[in-house]
Amino acid sequence: MSTPVTEIITVTEIIARCQALFDDLNFTYAREWKAAVPGRIVVGYMPFYVPRELIHAAGGLPLGVLGGGEQLEVIQGDAYYQSYICRIPRSTIELGVTNRLDFVDAMLFPSICDVIRNLSGMWKIMFPKVRSRYFDVPQNFSDGVGGTFYIHELTELREMLAEASGRAVTDAAIRASIALYNENRALVREVYAFRARQPWKAPSAEVYLLMRAGMVLAVEEHSRMLREYLDAAAAADRPRRDNSRVVVTGAFCEQPPLNLIKSIELSGCYIVDDDFMLVNRWEQSDVSLDGDPVANLAQAYLHNSANTSAKYEPDPAQKGLYLVAAVKRTRAEGVIFASPSFCDPALLERPMLQRVLAAHDIPFIAFKYAENSGQMQPIREQAGTFADSIKLWSTP
Amino acid sequence: MTPPAAVIKDTSMLKQKEMISGNYRKLETAVADGRKVAATFVPGNLNELIMCFDMLNNLPEINAIQNGLRKKTGAYIMEAEKRGHSEDVCTYVKADLGMIAKGNIGPDGQKLPDPDLLLLSYTGCFTFMKWFELLREHYKCETAMLHVPYQGDGRISKNMISYVVKQLREEVIPKLERVSGVKFDIDRLRENLARSARAEEDFVWVLESAKARPSPIDAYFGGVYYIGPIFTAFRGTEDATLYYRLLRAEIAERLAAGQGPVTPAGDMPAERYRLVVEGPPNWTSFRDFWKMFYEDGAVVVASTYTKVGGLYDQGFRHDPDHPLESLAEYCLGCYTNRNLPSRVDLIEQYMEEYQADGLLINSIKSCNSFSAGQLLVLREIERRTGKPGAFIESDLVDPRYFSPANIKNRLESYFQMIDQRRGGGKSVPARAA
Repeated sequence: MSTPVTEIITVTEIIARCQALFDDLNFTYAREWKAAVPGRIVVGYMPFYVPRELIHAAGGLPLGVLGGGEQLEVIQGDAYYQSYICRIPRSTIELGVTNRLDFVDAMLFPSICDVIRNLSGMWKIMFPKVRSRYFDVPQNFSDGVGGTFYIHELTELREMLAEASGRAVTDAAIRASIALYNENRALVREVYAFRARQPWKAPSAEVYLLMRAGMVLAVEEHSRMLREYLDAAAAADRPRRDNSRVVVTGAFCEQPPLNLIKSIELSGCYIVDDDFMLVNRWEQSDVSLDGDPVANLAQAYLHNSANTSAKYEPDPAQKGLYLVAAVKRTRAEGVIFASPSFCDPALLERPMLQRVLAAHDIPFIAFKYAENSGQMQPIREQAGTFADSIKLWSTP
Repeated sequence: MTPPAAVIKDTSMLKQKEMISGNYRKLETAVADGRKVAATFVPGNLNELIMCFDMLNNLPEINAIQNGLRKKTGAYIMEAEKRGHSEDVCTYVKADLGMIAKGNIGPDGQKLPDPDLLLLSYTGCFTFMKWFELLREHYKCETAMLHVPYQGDGRISKNMISYVVKQLREEVIPKLERVSGVKFDIDRLRENLARSARAEEDFVWVLESAKARPSPIDAYFGGVYYIGPIFTAFRGTEDATLYYRLLRAEIAERLAAGQGPVTPAGDMPAERYRLVVEGPPNWTSFRDFWKMFYEDGAVVVASTYTKVGGLYDQGFRHDPDHPLESLAEYCLGCYTNRNLPSRVDLIEQYMEEYQADGLLINSIKSCNSFSAGQLLVLREIERRTGKPGAFIESDLVDPRYFSPANIKNRLESYFQMIDQRRGGGKSVPARAA
């Protein structure tokens, strides 16, 4: 067994690397990855989900573009949006017009809301030389209806990627990529399960940075990093605090500032589950490696994927129960609704989810943020009061 | 003090008014009459199909608009916000939820029936999906989801058509049959679609009459009346066919006489500015908003809002020979379901074909489907046409977001800018008030 001191240094090193990737808005890692081997492509994607396996199978690096965060000063991007529109599209435009994404061969805009949807068209106008695609997913979950539609969508994406990379995207390559992403998702789930068991050993800001690294790194490298982190964090000796255990929800697109995540924890809450980067664990268990790999990706989307407000819930009796399940699975004591300002999906969904939680006697609070929010004191006070109220008033 | 002048109404306006109040009367007595009710949206509205099941069509968007025109929505929105709905989200949704919370009294003062079916046509607007999930939670009735894919690449693919048709066959029609107890008859649908196509011909003729100088219509403020029947509970009815025939005859007369549009203050005397307008209007101050235009001689010759429930002027007609495919194509082709480059192309086409002096964008706080990207639209149109653009902001039915002085100020500056451009960049003396 290693000494705690060595393990803490290792955790520190891993997280320092993640922090450097997080801070680097020039995406040096991705640039170098592309330059290392001729013919490689980089495909950017916005939250919340794209089938990264297809990009990987085309010899590409999927690059999560999650806005500019708190570090980026948005100057030109603001000229494209009214004040009542969220911040992620404006900082994404800022990344584009300041050439920070000039090495990206294609951009994918998933079906999440009208703002990101319209951004797909803006990208076509503003960056006509870059392949860009609005990536639609079915809201009908029958195999013969939504499934057939989705297989066509995946096939069109496969063709676009083959064209971009100049090489065929074979079934064998897709299967190999699915296997790598299955492994990665299993490790991500393990990290989340580890944190839920021992949140004091895996602070949320660390887990966040670790998951953010998965938006940039090649999947093989990210899986290696997750393994190293699990080993290092398990061995680390960290004090256990008398914090309340909370689930954070509503932050699946525009990301909260890192300080906000730290503030929640500092105020007395252990985050034991979240929806920050759903793409990392969108499929809830392994995607099948047998048979048609594209059909398998479609099957996984229809029947085995995460729930979020951008997805229709056909069965009213099931509405919001995924959140209740997350609370039970992680033994959480409350839910924090943290949503970006002007986020239609999260804010329209919120009252429905809150009613479901109330029906299950699960306490909750809500606040809004922007990716560049600077004032954390109100968040700290609100989350701190919530943590105290859980400790004081909740039934043990 | 002089009393305000009576609003002049054409025969077609009176006809439409009777149609709308007739539909509200039917909704009010639906339970007593044993009629089933479907609630649905304007874009992707499947009225011809709903009629096949003898169901009534109740449109929450239209209720919000009608309540907005009657200045009732401010209180409804505050009620919804009091109940936990965010100040950031769509005010149509909050006006509807607030109305329900306060007893579901419709715009004409009578209680609206609970819907038997929520026909969720998810076309061109993400919010629709959440809106009907919220309504489903309240009404606990059956919901039929029709997911209409977005034209991300600016085209309708066979896969999209096939997906929508399959949903109609396997999801929507079976639910309509089950809820209504009426068996689906495709020939009945064909008859309804044939009537729709006839009305669409006359409707397009009316819209295109604005190419004349002076334009006999205002294609935005007047246009919202013209779209009324075809975008709502009447497409496919004999009433709608008659309405558009009547409207066309009226406009043909105005055209022959060289008259401008009818406004609430009567005939518009002189056409000074021809504008294309992008975005929905504000409803809570609709008359005041319109007045800011006609008082200065500004006529809207084409608008995108009047295409939100179907782009008939680009050649689409409901086709009785391919009924379900035609409904699919209709849903896929609605304005906000088109990608931004297609929207820019369309506006550019309007600018040229309608000889517009400029593009005005009324950016709506509530409506990201329209609003996100509009500043780029403005730049693109200015770049492509060399004509000046202007940008104002308001909201659909939230009176807190309509600032008359600010909007009037901007419009006046804009009209001066157009004058300046006409004068080759030299300043033009201010017009007499």
